[in-house]
Amino acid sequence: MKFGVVQFPGSNCDFDTFHVLRDVMKRPTVMLWHKDHDLQGVDCVVLPGGFSYGDYLRSGAIARFSPLMQEVKAFARRGGRLLGICNGFQILLELGLLPGAMLRNKNLKFLCQHVHIRVENARTDFTRAARKGQILRVPIAHFDGNYFAPPRVLRDLETNGQVVFRYCDADGNVTPEANVNGSLDSIAGIRNAAGNVLGLMPHPERASEALLGSEDGRTIFESLILSLEKRTPAGRPAAGKKARHDR
Amino acid sequence: MIDKALLDRHGLTEDEYRLIVELIGKEPNLTELGIFSVMWSEHCGYKSSRVHLKKLPTEGEHVIQGPGENAGVLDIGGGQVVVFKIESHNHPSYIEPYQGAATGVGGILRDIFTMGARPIAVMDSLRFGPPDDPRNRSVMEGVVSGISGYGNAFGVPTVGGEVYFDPCYNLNPLVNVFCLGLADKDKVFYARAEGAGNKVLYVGAKTGRDGIHGATMASAEFGKETEHKRPNVQVGDPFKEKLLLEACLEVMDRGLIVGIQDMGAAGLTCSTTEMAAKGGMGIVIDLDKVPQREAGMTPYEILLSESQERMLLVATPEKVEAVQTVFAKWDLDAPVIGEVIEGGRARISFKGEVVVDIPVDAVVNLCPAYDRPIAAPAPPPPAPALEALPQPADLGETLLRLLASPSIADKEWVFRQYDHMVQVNTVFLPGADAAVLRIKGSRRALAMTLDGNALYTRLDPRTGARIAVAEACRNLACVGARPIGVTNCLNFGNPEKPEVMGQFEQAVTGLAEACRTFGIPVTGGNVSFYNDTEGLSIHPTPVLGIVGLIGDVRKAVRPGFRAAGDAVVLVGESLDELGGTQYLKTIHGLEAGSPPLIDLEQEKRNQEFVLEAIEAGLVRSAHDLSEGGLAVALAECAFHSPRKIGCEVDLANGLRDDALLFGESQSRILMTCRPADLSGLLETAAARGVPAQAIGRTGGAALAVRHAGREILRVPVEKAFRAWKDSLPGFFRVQA
Repeated sequence: MKFGVVQFPGSNCDFDTFHVLRDVMKRPTVMLWHKDHDLQGVDCVVLPGGFSYGDYLRSGAIARFSPLMQEVKAFARRGGRLLGICNGFQILLELGLLPGAMLRNKNLKFLCQHVHIRVENARTDFTRAARKGQILRVPIAHFDGNYFAPPRVLRDLETNGQVVFRYCDADGNVTPEANVNGSLDSIAGIRNAAGNVLGLMPHPERASEALLGSEDGRTIFESLILSLEKRTPAGRPAAGKKARHDR
Repeated sequence: MIDKALLDRHGLTEDEYRLIVELIGKEPNLTELGIFSVMWSEHCGYKSSRVHLKKLPTEGEHVIQGPGENAGVLDIGGGQVVVFKIESHNHPSYIEPYQGAATGVGGILRDIFTMGARPIAVMDSLRFGPPDDPRNRSVMEGVVSGISGYGNAFGVPTVGGEVYFDPCYNLNPLVNVFCLGLADKDKVFYARAEGAGNKVLYVGAKTGRDGIHGATMASAEFGKETEHKRPNVQVGDPFKEKLLLEACLEVMDRGLIVGIQDMGAAGLTCSTTEMAAKGGMGIVIDLDKVPQREAGMTPYEILLSESQERMLLVATPEKVEAVQTVFAKWDLDAPVIGEVIEGGRARISFKGEVVVDIPVDAVVNLCPAYDRPIAAPAPPPPAPALEALPQPADLGETLLRLLASPSIADKEWVFRQYDHMVQVNTVFLPGADAAVLRIKGSRRALAMTLDGNALYTRLDPRTGARIAVAEACRNLACVGARPIGVTNCLNFGNPEKPEVMGQFEQAVTGLAEACRTFGIPVTGGNVSFYNDTEGLSIHPTPVLGIVGLIGDVRKAVRPGFRAAGDAVVLVGESLDELGGTQYLKTIHGLEAGSPPLIDLEQEKRNQEFVLEAIEAGLVRSAHDLSEGGLAVALAECAFHSPRKIGCEVDLANGLRDDALLFGESQSRILMTCRPADLSGLLETAAARGVPAQAIGRTGGAALAVRHAGREILRVPVEKAFRAWKDSLPGFFRVQA
């Protein structure tokens, strides 16, 4: 399988994501230039973190107009796996591929720190290597990560199992203190109804090497590789297969 | 036409004016005068400092480029180099904290990538007035968000630094930014315009009226009218800088350019004349081709603008188109605005007329150097004899007060606003003795530290400067890194005051002595004079940025206790001295006495011992003793341990209890090891002439110290932790 990392002007986690996918996960990975119209036959598109176009307007609001986004939208409609990390998540919201919007963090400051997130749904292409309820220690680094959506949307997200990650404390309790940016329902990551698009604010690529303090983020990339290479996770034979088309 | 008042406004003396006339063989016109004004300013010309800076050692085995370029370059092996430098942005940060600090970051980043290196880490040394004053808080909030806003968007991690508070910075905060870049050894670029007929290209942001005379502003004292200087501060655009970075690295990587220089202080003037002078050439520039943000700018304004995110490139004519294609990919224009010529003159035209015609050498290399009058710094107020100083009844309470004092308290409120992990190299998060960055594809790692104790330098500039170097190297030793090079930022008052010049001379002497002892070259840096507002000078504040190398990153050591039951070892000797300590300052309200003694040879032996023990894998944790002494160091080791492990310390050394707990004797390191390794370590120390003693065990939930059989300290770790952790955020809590 092949990963593609989209490079917008102002992306700054593009090389990090590329490094982890190619050098740590050992999968063929290419950079996709935002002005092109070519996805180079990749199996999974990653929108990386950063400050696309400086984020001087709303985060991600300009990036959604990049030429390559036409292809990315079509790719997602066809069921292609699409992962948005941090600024990538914000762009997915602006593209309308995921519901909701981001507000400034509740303390009105940029926040860079390790947080804990709980896997709320392990039956997705992005989490099948994890257990439901598993706690991951992953860093965040954002100014606008305070997830907002109207009550009806929140209800649908909940009912359809689209809330994939929630901020929690080290023991897995979802508390107001652990919800550092103030997201509604402590939401850290969601997927679309079809299950092939995921956005999350934490940076799994910064938690993929033991030397840097945590490897918990790898589980997301491992899950994608399992899904796309049509393998099942070791020790969990049947569950994975069904999860692939879990709606 | 050119009279004394005009010269004053340009910060030039009449003698300097006469010299200019002599050097260029004519009366300068206003534009030419403006050029000399910025290039001969203290900020660009180093005219008061040059004679003293010559004392600093600049050579060493790793040095590829010493002072004189945009940044220093050191060989780190494996075909790679590090490019690093520190810059101050003190004056702009007081006038407009957010943009002042933001453009400080932007400026130093350009210094690094203009040499072909990708900036991989930034550290900041910040100094403010005490945070109980809302004006100081407002400056601090602005500075921190400016650094955060620029660095985070650009995508360089801010991996640490220091934040100190003292009333001497009330009206004159210090913002020093240290940046480190990584490059391939064969891809380092220099600011040289070579080859007659080669084209000069302008890239990046358009030129506007912002920042005109920023360098001159930074070379004068501030009075009450500084509010009006706000238009002198530039406005930063980190997004444009990021585009510029990628485009510049791409043209360098593809070998498309001959030379490159960023437009920092003194903008287009500095970059054109410096590149020509360094290349031994001349340069012609057509100002009509310079992209401009507003209409009606005069040549004077275009040349002196300090608009940010701009670069000057030199390329051979046949490569111009390829360069422009790369910049177009990044949505940047790259017009040709001039040409390299023979003859060493800068000829600048505007609307068909030559408006500047001067020899570049005079502008760049012939700025006068002054050996200004020196007066011995005033002796420090004597510390009261220890016997006369009352000991606090409750030393536990004293420790809590010290931990909560803003200069010692936890700085997470600051650091978590900085992205410290982007680029996925940050091995140690802010809070360790030094930042540690892995080098991808290698076992080696880089370490960086930024340090200075202005209280010591205020009391004794020479000793204080020696300690600054020693402590920075000690920080590196504690993580397991050997120092390879230094950059310094020397923040002082008005050099025209003999006493300030005396402080400067003494501090540079101390730096030179310490750098020689440690065998580390100074590859560049920055001098910031005129840190005076309303007649008050700041404490002399030399800040040292030191880069170190770690052979095997897996052996790097953190400050936090690792497990209960480890032996706690104190390396170095504790003396009965309290001069210049945070304890005297915070608890007794005294900035007095002599700073701690420093024996540089002993310091080096102690550090070498710790380094070897770390490299042998015998050290579980290591932390240097600095502000707040042994008690604060023990507390910090507990706070940084994963489960906040406490310690039981038991020792007897005949010192007063407060000197034992809070004295700041130098050359000391607190380390832990497995009990089985203890006797071997102590034997090695003895054989090396390094004082080291086992002082206790890690474990428990308290910080406990027994002195000659008496318990003198017992504080629950959690209580100490809260005092340390909650102090700074407490000042910024929004009142409902």
